[in-house]
This record gives sequence, structure tokens and C-alpha cells, in this order.
Amino acid sequence: MKNKKEKDHRLDYGIFLVFIAFLGISRLINFDLGRAMGENFLIFARDMILILPPAFIIIGLFEIWVKKETIEKHFGNSSGLKRHIYAILLAATTVGGTFVAFPVANSLYHKGADYSSIFTYITSASLVMIPMSVMEASIIGLEFTLLRIGLSLPLVVISSIVLNNIFQHDNYALPANV
Amino acid sequence: MQALYLIMALLLLISFFFDREKTWQSIQRGKNKMMKILPGYLKLLVLLSLVLLFSEDFIVEYLGGQNIILGSVLGLIVGSITMMPGFIAYPLAGILLTRGVSYMVIAAFIISLQMVGVVTYPVEKEYMGVKATIYRNLAGLAIAAVLTLLIGLYYGEVII
Repeated sequence: MKNKKEKDHRLDYGIFLVFIAFLGISRLINFDLGRAMGENFLIFARDMILILPPAFIIIGLFEIWVKKETIEKHFGNSSGLKRHIYAILLAATTVGGTFVAFPVANSLYHKGADYSSIFTYITSASLVMIPMSVMEASIIGLEFTLLRIGLSLPLVVISSIVLNNIFQHDNYALPANV
Repeated sequence: MQALYLIMALLLLISFFFDREKTWQSIQRGKNKMMKILPGYLKLLVLLSLVLLFSEDFIVEYLGGQNIILGSVLGLIVGSITMMPGFIAYPLAGILLTRGVSYMVIAAFIISLQMVGVVTYPVEKEYMGVKATIYRNLAGLAIAAVLTLLIGLYYGEVII
């Protein structure tokens, strides 16, 4: 099974290296489009790549240390509406938003969280991130932010419950070993 | 960001104090997981740098049109497709606001930006599977559309 699942990543790394080379050359010959892309690239790279090592180490610690029963109890089927509150609280404090939320959600699932908790978690990870919401309130207005969060969370929870029913009915399983 | 490194260091220390072997296992596990998905993230990085190049100009240019419904629909589409960090998205929304663009259009853009991720599909499907990814994003789009309308009604920008 391992051999079948193991993908060849050489193409991905190849594309990435070509892209980096393109950015480098654009800088040297002052190719505007390439330079602009390079700046965008740096914005994301700083945000994303630096966040990955600590995020994944913490996920590793989580998977090794946290007992399945603990997660089942708080994020599993029996936890009722409370699991959505936990999921939202966890999302609000997840540094890195969706990029980090995907692997965390997968780990939570394999520790016994049900679909509705992880859907609520992923979607709210970008909706209620505390630092971003503070920034939004200061630029667009507190009223707008409160309105957005207050209206969206109930809808997110409802949609997660609906999706949960669909996936349970279909016996869907999230990818393992990722 | 620094906070995350601090938390990691703290957790590792505590973990190390209780069980060296488990700490080592955790680091291995985290490292393996990261190396597995790294190519996906790098590809995403390339894609995002490209998409951001076009979306910023597009947003400033087209979202501020006269027609609020058209603006909202465009906002939903751009917001769904692109992905940008808050420190770019919010100042951009601020610019739109000072130009008199309605809250409804800004809501369409901001909310779909957060809830729907077309470019992040390749990474999301690795963790959630194809079906869950598609369903979650469709649900997100539907919610974003409803919220956009509600915010438009709240600010009195549209009347049913």
C-alpha cells in the first residue's frame, strides 16, 4: 500500500525551482511582472513556510500525546452543541488560519472528532481568527465585524451539521497517513 | 508567528521533561507529515503569487462599479478564487470603502475570501478528500451569498 500511495514529488519540486529561477532572473533583468510576482511570493512565503515547522511539530506532539478518548469526548458525536463551541474556540486561536487548519482537522478526525466539529473548525479558522478580526474592525468598522461573525457562525454550525449527516450516511472517511 | 515558535518550544520542553522517547517520536511524526505535504504547499505558493498579481488590480478596478448586485457577484467570485493574507485584503477593502463602495460588495469579497478557497483545493483535498473539500466549499459559497444579502439589507443598501 505504501508504494502505491507514495507519490512522485519530483515534478512539484521541479515546478517550484523553475519558478524561483524565473523570479531571480526577473529581478536581475528588471522584468516588472516577474518582480511583482516575486514580491507576492515573499509575502506568502514568509507567512506560510515559516509557520509550517512549528505547526507540524505541535501536530506531532498532539498526535503522540493526546488520547483518543479525550478528543472523542469533546469533539465527538456525544458532545452535542458544545463541540462546535470548542471547535470555534480552537479556530479563533489557530495561528496561520486555513493552511494550518487543514492538517489539524485531519488529525482531530483521526483522534475521534466527528465531521461536524472539523467542518466548523476549518471554516471558522479563517472567519474568526482573532488578530485578523481586530484588523478588520479597525479598518472596516467594529459593527461590520460583529455583524459578520455573529451572522456567519450560526450558519456555519448549521451547515456543518447538515454535512455531517450526509457524510455519515455515505460512510465517508478522510484520508489517512497524510 | 513568534508566539507559535514559543508555544512549540514550551510544549517540547514539557514533553521532554515527561518522556524523551515520546518527544522524539512527536518530532519525527511532525517532520514526516510536513515533508509529505511540502510540495503541495510550494505549488500553492507559486499559484498564489500568480493569482494575487491579477486579483489586486481586478478588485480595485471592478468591484467599485455602479451596480451593487453585479459588484457583489464579482466580489463573491474573486473572493472565492483568490486567497490573500488579511494584511493585504483589509487595506484593500478600506480603499474600496473610501471610494464609496457599498458594505455589501465588501462583505461579498471578504466573506468568500475567508470561506471559500478554490486555489487551496490541491492542499485541502489531501487532508479532507475530494468530496468533503467540494461540499465544504460549496456550503461556504452558499453561506457567503446569504451573508452578503443580509449585510446589504442591514445597511439598507438593497431592499427586497
